[in-house]
Amino acid sequence: MQENNLTDFQQCLKCNICTEVCPMMEVNPDYPGPKQAGPDGERYRLKDPAFFDKSIKYCLNCKRCEVACPSGVKVGDIITRAKLRYAHPEHQLRNFALSSTDLVGGLASTFAPVANPVLGLPLTRQVMDSVVGVSSKANMPSYAEKRFEKWFSSIEETQSRYEKKVNYFHGCYVNYNYPELGQDFVKLMNACGYGVRLLDKQKCCGVAMIANGFVQQAKKAARTNLASIEKAEGPVLTTSSSCTLTLREEYEGILGQDCSAAKEKVCLAVKWLYDRIDRGEIRLAFKKGLKIKAVYHTPCHMQRMGTQFYTIELLKLIPGLELSVLEQKCCGIAGTFGFKKENYELSQKIGASLFEDIRASKAQMVITDCETCKWQIEGGTGMKVYNPITLLASVIE
Amino acid sequence: MKEFDVIIIGAGITGAGTARDCALRGLKTLLIERADIADGASGRNHGLLHSGARYAVGDPESACECIKENMILRKVASNCVEATDGLFISLPEDGLEYRDKFLKKCAEAGIHTQTLSPQKALSLEPLVNPELISAVKVPDASVDPFRLVSANVLDARLHGAEVLTQQEVTEIIKEDGRVKGLKVLDKSSGTVNTYYAHYIVNAAGIWGAKIAEMAGVHIGMLPAKGSLLVFDHRVTRMVINRCRKPANADILVPGDVVSVLGTTSDKVPFEQCDDMKVTKEEVDLLLREGCKLVPSLAQTRIIRAYAGVRPLVASDDDPSGRNVSRGIVLLDHLKRDGVDGFISITGGKLTSYRLMAEMTADLLCSKLAIKAKCHTADTPLPGSEKSVKFSSVVRKAREMKMDTSVIEAAVSRHGSQVEAMDFSGKGSELVCECEKVCRAEIAYAVKVLGVKTLDDLRRRTRVGMGPCQSSYCVEKAAKALAEELGDTSLSEELKKDYLQHRWKGIVPVCRAEQLAQAEYLRNKYGK
Ligand SMILES: Cc1cc2nc3c(=O)[nH]c(=O)nc-3n(C[C@H](O)[C@H](O)[C@H](O)COP(=O)(O)OP(=O)(O)OC[C@H]3O[C@@H](n4cnc5c(N)ncnc54)[C@H](O)[C@@H]3O)c2cc1C
Ligand code: SF4
Ligand code: SF4
Repeated sequence: MQENNLTDFQQCLKCNICTEVCPMMEVNPDYPGPKQAGPDGERYRLKDPAFFDKSIKYCLNCKRCEVACPSGVKVGDIITRAKLRYAHPEHQLRNFALSSTDLVGGLASTFAPVANPVLGLPLTRQVMDSVVGVSSKANMPSYAEKRFEKWFSSIEETQSRYEKKVNYFHGCYVNYNYPELGQDFVKLMNACGYGVRLLDKQKCCGVAMIANGFVQQAKKAARTNLASIEKAEGPVLTTSSSCTLTLREEYEGILGQDCSAAKEKVCLAVKWLYDRIDRGEIRLAFKKGLKIKAVYHTPCHMQRMGTQFYTIELLKLIPGLELSVLEQKCCGIAGTFGFKKENYELSQKIGASLFEDIRASKAQMVITDCETCKWQIEGGTGMKVYNPITLLASVIE
Repeated sequence: MKEFDVIIIGAGITGAGTARDCALRGLKTLLIERADIADGASGRNHGLLHSGARYAVGDPESACECIKENMILRKVASNCVEATDGLFISLPEDGLEYRDKFLKKCAEAGIHTQTLSPQKALSLEPLVNPELISAVKVPDASVDPFRLVSANVLDARLHGAEVLTQQEVTEIIKEDGRVKGLKVLDKSSGTVNTYYAHYIVNAAGIWGAKIAEMAGVHIGMLPAKGSLLVFDHRVTRMVINRCRKPANADILVPGDVVSVLGTTSDKVPFEQCDDMKVTKEEVDLLLREGCKLVPSLAQTRIIRAYAGVRPLVASDDDPSGRNVSRGIVLLDHLKRDGVDGFISITGGKLTSYRLMAEMTADLLCSKLAIKAKCHTADTPLPGSEKSVKFSSVVRKAREMKMDTSVIEAAVSRHGSQVEAMDFSGKGSELVCECEKVCRAEIAYAVKVLGVKTLDDLRRRTRVGMGPCQSSYCVEKAAKALAEELGDTSLSEELKKDYLQHRWKGIVPVCRAEQLAQAEYLRNKYGK
């Protein structure tokens, strides 16, 4: 029956507040919503798995429901666990490709000069669309020619000169798609007087594997990462909100791993930096004469962790940055969800209102802490989207 | 003047079963109930379809009855019964002496047992007390008493019986020492009607003592109150019993989506039978003992408490009234008291209702010189005629653009009767979210199952029985019901009456989550 203490669904007071904030419910009448897919459904699924309904697959795991719930029900976790337990996966091949970021990323970045143009070609996209089920309209990330880890090994030497060090969990996005962010992180840390060290061994955090139902693979990745984190000396910093949530919360709530080590050590780089600046341990020197108009988009997972505050406060330190914070809305991508052909329209519908707000803001750029939000917003608005670390790295002396 | 072959007083399981049996045999039958069906003990019991194991040591005759009826009801009432099986666990303080006797007695009664190692038992039921030293698996099952009564009433009707609810028998008409008919108060109009029959069957449970008095005979009855707790969800798959001499709070039954723990047993005065409250002491006792079966019950949300009265009948051969007869009590008052035209049927159990009905109908037929045989052991009840395929549920859900779990829930409650539900249009609207009751099910309950109030609806569909105890759905449910009854002005009144009732069962368990839920309910509806 239920494993040990996974019964927080019984705290639900049936107030339906979660239903009000679910972005999927708003656009998709087939989705029964957080309350029914979560705590209500769980009671019935415990009686008989026949009460599992397929529509649960629409859940984005954005966790807005958890943020809203006054009774502390981990609605998103309940739904994700049910998906992992009862769903019969469809589109196995495509989902495996989308979620095995390490495997596919490794291959693609080796062949990046070929992979990028090919992945971008209309014909290839058509084939992916009809055969594999990846939407031809979705803005897919491109693959970097030189993996971050490779770049890092070329400069590792320079890092050992620093007396104080931080560990970096870069994640697969930085490694394969956007090593520039990792480079910016190293630059920023060095400017603060810290050297950077990579973990002994790191795998993709597994967020996509969890979303696509590959629970065994996700558990394997979790164990490797947790072992490395446990071994690491000092804090393990991150630059992605979803990786952070996965390491700190989902490994426990969904995969049932003991992640006390991650809870203790894993920290968003923005929070770590904010704390030190706040305590007067670090002082950043900024370039003069900056004039930037930007908007900040709070990723759903950032909101779930309540960490958007640190990013916003850090950004406020930049002289000449005119920043406005957008009303928190879901961008609709939810990791790999929006890449799937059958979800593309829904994903765009969810994001539409956010895109509208961004366009209306007349800003030069969008700042956000999540890589998949970045793809989605770039695709939806044609605007440039940066991680706060990238922006900070570019404006310091 | 309308004359019946038989009038049955009380639409609990005994009366409903008897009405069905009589109707199947072709008797002109009238069933009269003062409240709603299953309003007495039949709607306030544990919902355990006994395998007989609990009685094997102390009452072998009941044990034999139970196992036979259990096997029959699994077939003819498949839609009301869930073959969960049961475990009898021995804790260190229970020892193994009782278990060994238990195994022997079960074998004698024809109850199949399987002894399990503690490890095996824990692998089947990870949440039972890990200190157990032995477990025995038996064919216990879970039965939904509301559905069972409702299915019997429906089938009686389908075979020509008339059923009156909200009609209270106030007087028994006797002529020349023979019972001839009844005076009945129609509670909604306040009028009194008279009905005549060749025979009148007293199936009024604990209230049967009063009915007997109306006929001028005496039945010594002792009301014994039993309290139970309802937990939010299924904690175990199987029924969990203690393997020891039957005592308080030693059975946990998975009933539909919840778990029910019980019971206590206390003699109470007759006056209390109409308004029973569960006390704080009873809740504490139940919890304390229940945690020995399944320790995690201490952290499980309790959504409700309720109590029922067992109609214990004093043995006729003991003038002191202290000895209680076990098992089924069928009284032919002509033989016993010289009063013709009057029969009482009581005692027994939910599990043995069919046999009780058969015995009563047999007696009636012999008196009426009718040669009809009993068919209830092999005629399925409505809804249990055939099983509904899961693939057809999925198909229907897709067609109606509904969540499969909502239709599956309707199937789990009404079996093949779902075919009489119209899920199109408004029918697909979900009314009670906790228990997944949609408009189509409500319309069916009004049209086919004779629902008049929200409480009636709850008994037939589980509307409002979930964790929120209707704090969220009552408004919607009242509106939907009023519309189905064709009078939208009823909505407010239905809601108010109903909330009073719900409240009563929540009060004794106002702690932790349910306290918060109660506050929510109170703020929303200003109880
Ligand atoms: C706490 C508890 C737990 C139990 N658990 C189990 C169990 O797990 N398994 C099992 O097999 N058995 C169980 N039983 C026993 C079982 O519930 C009863 O034996 C059975 O329900 C009795 O049904 P009945 O129809 O005889 O009586 P009731 O259900 O009480 O029906 C009598 C009906 O008569 C009506 N009535 C009364 N007066 C009048 C009047 N003047 N005019 C018209 N109608 C009238 C009442 O409203 C009532 O509906 C339990 C009993 C209790 C109390
Ligand atoms: S996680 Fe997001 S999409 Fe899923 S139920 Fe909650 S709010 Fe809706
Ligand atoms: S917000 Fe929380 S308590 Fe309210 S319905 Fe949703 S899960 Fe239940």
